[in-house]
Amino acid sequence: MAVDTGRPVVRAADAKRVRGRGHGDAKNGDPKNPGGRNQGRLRRSLATHWYAWCMVAPVVAVIGVIVGYPLVRGIYLSTTNATEANVERHIGVNHIPATYESVGLDNYTAILTDGVFWDRLGWTVVWTVSCVALSFALGLALATMLNRKLAGRSFYRMALILPWAVPAFVSVFTWRLLFNEKNGILNQLLAGGGIDAIPWLNDPTWAKLSVITVNVWLGVPFMLVAMLGGLQSIPGELYEAAEMDGAGPWQRFRHITLPGLRTVGSTVVLISGIWTFNMFPVIFLLTRGGPGDATEILVTYAYRLSFVVSPRDFSGSAAWGVLILLLLSFFAVIYRRALRKQGEVW
Amino acid sequence: MTSMTTHVQTELDDPVRKFRPRGERGPLASVVLHVSLLIASAVAVLPPMWLLVTSFKPKSEAFSTALVKDFTLGNYDHVLNDTHFLSWLGNSLLVVGLTTVIGVFISATTGYAVSRFKFPGMRPLMWLLLITQMFPVAVLIVPLYNLLAGLGLLNQPVGLVITYLTIAVPFCAWMMKGYFDSIPVEIDEAGRVDGLNPFGTFWRLIVPLAKPGLAVTGFYSFITGWAEVAYASAFMTGEENLTLAGGLQTFVNQYTSDWGSLTAAAVIVAVPAAVIFGFAQRHLVSGLTAGAMKS
Repeated sequence: MAVDTGRPVVRAADAKRVRGRGHGDAKNGDPKNPGGRNQGRLRRSLATHWYAWCMVAPVVAVIGVIVGYPLVRGIYLSTTNATEANVERHIGVNHIPATYESVGLDNYTAILTDGVFWDRLGWTVVWTVSCVALSFALGLALATMLNRKLAGRSFYRMALILPWAVPAFVSVFTWRLLFNEKNGILNQLLAGGGIDAIPWLNDPTWAKLSVITVNVWLGVPFMLVAMLGGLQSIPGELYEAAEMDGAGPWQRFRHITLPGLRTVGSTVVLISGIWTFNMFPVIFLLTRGGPGDATEILVTYAYRLSFVVSPRDFSGSAAWGVLILLLLSFFAVIYRRALRKQGEVW
Repeated sequence: MTSMTTHVQTELDDPVRKFRPRGERGPLASVVLHVSLLIASAVAVLPPMWLLVTSFKPKSEAFSTALVKDFTLGNYDHVLNDTHFLSWLGNSLLVVGLTTVIGVFISATTGYAVSRFKFPGMRPLMWLLLITQMFPVAVLIVPLYNLLAGLGLLNQPVGLVITYLTIAVPFCAWMMKGYFDSIPVEIDEAGRVDGLNPFGTFWRLIVPLAKPGLAVTGFYSFITGWAEVAYASAFMTGEENLTLAGGLQTFVNQYTSDWGSLTAAAVIVAVPAAVIFGFAQRHLVSGLTAGAMKS
């Protein structure tokens, strides 16, 4: 006898998408067969869903312990004045108890009324938007070029994907080598052309341009591969039909290619938006947030508060973290909406 | 009808204009296409190539513009024998390997459950996975640091494994869900008709079918951990406890700049990763955006 699998994921509206459809086992209280109405609701749903719960139990447990606990603790810390100097610690055999105390929402008011947070937020937005927009545009352009009969196509593809294949921190070190102000190859090439050396990483504006360049360089391959997949899923007949109707290349691109890429495009833009927003290694390894804090995005700044400045400001960093998390939940809401538009239902 | 007549007319009016078959282009368009692709490829390939070239130069010549100058393997020799590089490599392999295995193992069943069943608590669970996936380092790093310090796990590979699980588990569960979604549900039904319970269906039918998905998920969480910098820099101190991302930072910082060793170490790290990546990349994007891309 088949064990009931609970209700279908999608109610029978769309027969093709119905998954895990119940086989009507009345004993287990199939929801479609309300014979078990007298049983307690909990018992009934336990009987129906116990294995689903068993299957998700490990992940729920792990997330609860190693994400949930630190999260709750982080939120708590953000309402205290904990720093390196007053948390619980052990020096040799001496145990020094924690002496920090609750300060309510003072950390938050301090952060939100101080200009630093808004400065960093502004730069983070500029950084995220320009990185995503540039890598999307370049990825789409290259994908369109690659998506046709072309000599050496697989060679180009391999070459263009290389930046993704090399671990990001290795690439970042490589760029530091190229950007080196005194001896880097870029400045030597410029000197060969009679142009003065550019302080790639030591001038606030150039440093911003440099980190964006490196991140775009790292991000284009992902866009390229995703867009190629999207382009290949557009049926060729559409282009034939458009050509028959006299559409030029630009019209074909505008009215067939772009709408065909909407689904894939919106997803990769969101994903890479989240990645870029959280992009720690590029900034930390390339400029350490410098010069000054010109290239410091929200994530690296919070890291600096708790691990670089002295004394380490644990509570301030935690408050920054909570604020960043709030911003990211907006991304989550938008992402979910995008998924839902594409028929994902949960 | 009308379009056909105009078509014929244009051909008559303008006998010079050639009509190319679909998908072909003129020589000029070809040249433009190839030139722009070549430029793009050059931009993509040159930095890693320059890294490779620099690693073969003697230390003092690290910044020379010559392509080959005094070819030497000295940097590799130095990195492998005189530094802690091998223990960093070992640490990285241990930490990231353990994370990947544990992560994929415990998240596979969850991916299956959320792909196949609708159960009370599924919606919050999906939210949880979505949000934890985009957790910024900044939220967890301080509490985790304190937690690990309290447990005496700082500077221990185990501590870093626990930390990386916070990244790997939600991510693996999400990716596995996408993969299971692509396996036809009829297979489950057939299994159940033949008398398997859901666990049996999962273990005997779905897992064997999902092996490529498991491999890609594992691989991707491997390279994510391989390149992780923030936690590794904060939690691991002391030369021989570092992982690769932390260790490489010690070659070039405000006190020293040993570009020769850095480049050699970077090449040793990057080459195997790039080769494996080459095999897996075709599946990566579909896995990452799975669920969204299927229509």
